[in-house]
Amino acid sequence: MSEHIISSRFYYAIWITLLALTVVTALVARVDLGPLNTIVALVIATFKAVLVVLFFMHVKYTSEKLTKTVIAAAIFWLLLLLALSMADYTTRLLS
Amino acid sequence: MSDSPITVEQHGPELLHHFADAQQQRDAASLGMWLFLATEIMFFGGMFCAYLIYRFWYYNEFAAGSRSLDLKWGTINTAVLICSSLTVALGVRAAQMGKRKLLVVLLLLTIVFGLTFLGIKGIEWYSKFEEHHIPGHAFNADDLIKTYPQIPIDSQHEQIYFSLYFAMTGLHALHMIIGVGLFAFLAYYAWKGRYTPKYYTPIEMAGLYWHFVDIVWIYLFPLLYLIDRKPLG
Repeated sequence: MSEHIISSRFYYAIWITLLALTVVTALVARVDLGPLNTIVALVIATFKAVLVVLFFMHVKYTSEKLTKTVIAAAIFWLLLLLALSMADYTTRLLS
Repeated sequence: MSDSPITVEQHGPELLHHFADAQQQRDAASLGMWLFLATEIMFFGGMFCAYLIYRFWYYNEFAAGSRSLDLKWGTINTAVLICSSLTVALGVRAAQMGKRKLLVVLLLLTIVFGLTFLGIKGIEWYSKFEEHHIPGHAFNADDLIKTYPQIPIDSQHEQIYFSLYFAMTGLHALHMIIGVGLFAFLAYYAWKGRYTPKYYTPIEMAGLYWHFVDIVWIYLFPLLYLIDRKPLG
């Protein structure tokens, strides 16, 4: 896909960021933020996942739009699965 | 390229005869791999969906089960997996630059990190056996009920948390085992000099797979280990 060669220093920077965020998410979980705890944990996880996808998986440097379309579609289908299922289960008790 | 007569001799693994040029071949391989990963997202997605529904229904049992996991091992394993993703990314880079020995070393390092992860996972699973937290007739949540008197725990619902814990980490570990096998295969052929800056597609595709498995764990870690770690009032 990409012949773009990223400098190894940049890979190390991403690696350090991912490790730091892992420590942060483990520490923040011990602090009582109420319902925000789950949201913070998921935001950090998503940020880590985006870093891996963009740089380790080279998606940022991909010229192929079809690949990006497949990724967007995959995320969309997953969210559809989760959101519509929860739309069902969270409203069952109402009836 | 298009106006020159096609000769069989021109076509190595970096340019098979049904592709117009090397770039098109690389794009096709990448697209195929991403389509496979899309099916993998849906494969794991079913489990994440089950997790979401049961966590919504039995939050207390999920919180207690999450507390009983070893946060130290979970964090270390996340770090180990991130290190393995780095060695894979650097490995693809080494392949792009034609550094054969460096590529082999990085692939072997990835295997070591992968096996370390599986070993730590084994230690964690073993302690679940000792605590009778394996779903089935020997399952016993009395220790959790005693340790967390503030949390109302139903033993049957607690089993659902641990069923999902073992199913999700088990499916993830299976992917890790497959990945380690792939890298052993690739390290051998990298040593033989099969991969060059012109043709390193298998390294890159295995790398995509490995990073995907890493991402699954990036989500499994907070969802299984960090549900509720707040100090109990």
